[in-house]
Amino acid sequence: MSKIPSTLFDKVWDSHVVRKITDGPDVFLIDRHFIHEVTSPVAFLGLESRGLKVMFPEKTFATADHNTPTINQHLPVTDPLSANQLKALETNSAKYGISHWGLGNPKNGIVHVVGPENGITLPGMTIVCGDSHTSTHGAFGAIAFGIGTSEVEMVLSSQCIMQPKPKKMRIKVNGQPGKGITPKDVILYIISQLTAAGATGYFVEYAGDVFEQMSMEGRMTVCNMSIEMGARGGMIAPDETTFAYIKGREKAPKGADWDKALAYWKTLKTDEGAAFDKEYIYNAADIEPMITYGTNPGMGMGITQHIPVTQETGSGKASYEKSLQYMGFHEEDAMLGKKVDYVFIGSCTNGRIEDFRAFASIVKGRKKAAHVTAWIVPGSHIVEQQIREEGILDILTDAGFELRQPGCSACLAMNDDKIPAGKYAVSTSNRNFEGRQGPGSRTMLASPLVAAAAAVTGVVTDPRTLMA
Amino acid sequence: MAYDKFTTLKSTAVPMPIENVDTDQIIPARFLKATERKGFGDNLFRDWRFDANNQPRQDFVLNNPIYSGKILVAGKNFGSGSSREHAAWAIYDYGFRCVVSSFFADIFKNNSLNVGILPVQVSPAFLDKIFSAIEKDPKAELVVDLQAQTITIAATGESESFDINSYKKHNLTNGYDDIDYLQAMKEDIRSFAANSPY
Ligand code: SF4
Repeated sequence: MSKIPSTLFDKVWDSHVVRKITDGPDVFLIDRHFIHEVTSPVAFLGLESRGLKVMFPEKTFATADHNTPTINQHLPVTDPLSANQLKALETNSAKYGISHWGLGNPKNGIVHVVGPENGITLPGMTIVCGDSHTSTHGAFGAIAFGIGTSEVEMVLSSQCIMQPKPKKMRIKVNGQPGKGITPKDVILYIISQLTAAGATGYFVEYAGDVFEQMSMEGRMTVCNMSIEMGARGGMIAPDETTFAYIKGREKAPKGADWDKALAYWKTLKTDEGAAFDKEYIYNAADIEPMITYGTNPGMGMGITQHIPVTQETGSGKASYEKSLQYMGFHEEDAMLGKKVDYVFIGSCTNGRIEDFRAFASIVKGRKKAAHVTAWIVPGSHIVEQQIREEGILDILTDAGFELRQPGCSACLAMNDDKIPAGKYAVSTSNRNFEGRQGPGSRTMLASPLVAAAAAVTGVVTDPRTLMA
Repeated sequence: MAYDKFTTLKSTAVPMPIENVDTDQIIPARFLKATERKGFGDNLFRDWRFDANNQPRQDFVLNNPIYSGKILVAGKNFGSGSSREHAAWAIYDYGFRCVVSSFFADIFKNNSLNVGILPVQVSPAFLDKIFSAIEKDPKAELVVDLQAQTITIAATGESESFDINSYKKHNLTNGYDDIDYLQAMKEDIRSFAANSPY
């Protein structure tokens, strides 16, 4: 008897449905729940006011990241409101028996960096967090997505949320990417093709040569930005690369448990002939180093291109013009040569060791442009440690850069790392929304290579011209 | 947190014909530092409402006294970006109970329903009709009938139906939330979880 072919997404989703509600959402079991200081306090207040307990405290992990300073982390946090949130996370975690990696803890870092790094994230899991870039964990073949605070309260109190099952999309990128093309360029390219809302209502599976050959760090960068085209999340089938990454990490299964887990993980792939609601296929050879020119991540293009002339009319045209006006750009402008004031490398999109290796490969033997302020922020203490051990710190220091301490930093500018109004930043983070990196800030999203090229030349530069 | 039941809403509306309004605009990150759900309405659309010196920007619609009401009408792809429920709280606390657009981001839609805001998705053509009706008469009223799942421009009687699943509709009509539902099925969850590999 032949079974109906199913997708990776179906396999993981369907095995977590506790109850199906007719004309309503599925009651969906969550295997791992990450919390941080910003979106959890009100959920804990909710528990308290209803007199509820945390159902499975061992399935929730807390880390402080959104609000934390990236210098002098050994000193008390000066902003009283931030300090208060950090304290609340600590107190709530202790009260309910949740493991908490606060400031100063050697495991502390950005939630979507530390989860995989410590072997908490595993294939076939369902993972949520009150942060939309939870989609990062999809790189392991998990279903992972961001939730709101009411849902954080649901997971704490019942380990479930209520979700309608999204539709399925597959995006394939085949062929070999050219020189200077990083995973960030691949995902920025896809978003520019699909637009910022092109995958709303869908869950994406990435497939094809490019993702098969990609490292886990790269796959995390790609899955991370799934939300920027509106998708709830994205995932990639686990393979030998995945298993090799997980093996030996602190919370990964060991011994007989490992063998059992591995046998299960190997079943986690889309069957031949399984149906998707939508499918797109792209060619890696069409991808250039990418950069965004507008105020949503869909407004990206190859770095040698010119800003498009809008074809749209009505409110579409008005929104496009508003966006360019905010950026101080014009239709048909070239991006190459535009002045850059700030460079930010970090975030859960590009704050892993590979990203700093890429950055260092360009700045090595060069100097930081005098007028550029650069914030170099590792995604975790473990990444920071690697940066030191691999000699990357020396390269950075020689070129005039300083390394900061881990956290979300200028990705969302809740701490002091804010780009001043009107200033231009080339940023390896994930959002170029108005004011995202500080009120009035102007963000150009790009890869660590493009960021490095801007940091040493002081203008938007094609990194391929600086590569051997 | 409890919210007011939603049945039928008849109100004037505030027009915001901007596309891709993301949650960083609805409530900028620097206002997410509270540990209680209080006062978010004051910072709704903060950087569009106020300039760097905290002076109201006269050209922004929320500062225009001609427009008011419990319904916000916005361009397509409303609520994209961050999962912050604070965006929905800010909209609710400011006094809106319903957001109308031709397209919503998923997480925002979920968050809205969870806090008692009804997201009404209409066709692009109907959205244009609403914008023109308000342009003609800023006091034009819209009628949102949750039971019938319709939205009507009162002056012209033009109407369109919208989708909502019956579970969420029941919740919104009665002021219930998902936590009540999940608490009632905890034993099922416990036995299901006992058989899960993680
Ligand atoms: S780095 Fe940015 S996107 Fe990632 S978790 Fe922090 S704030 Fe969210």
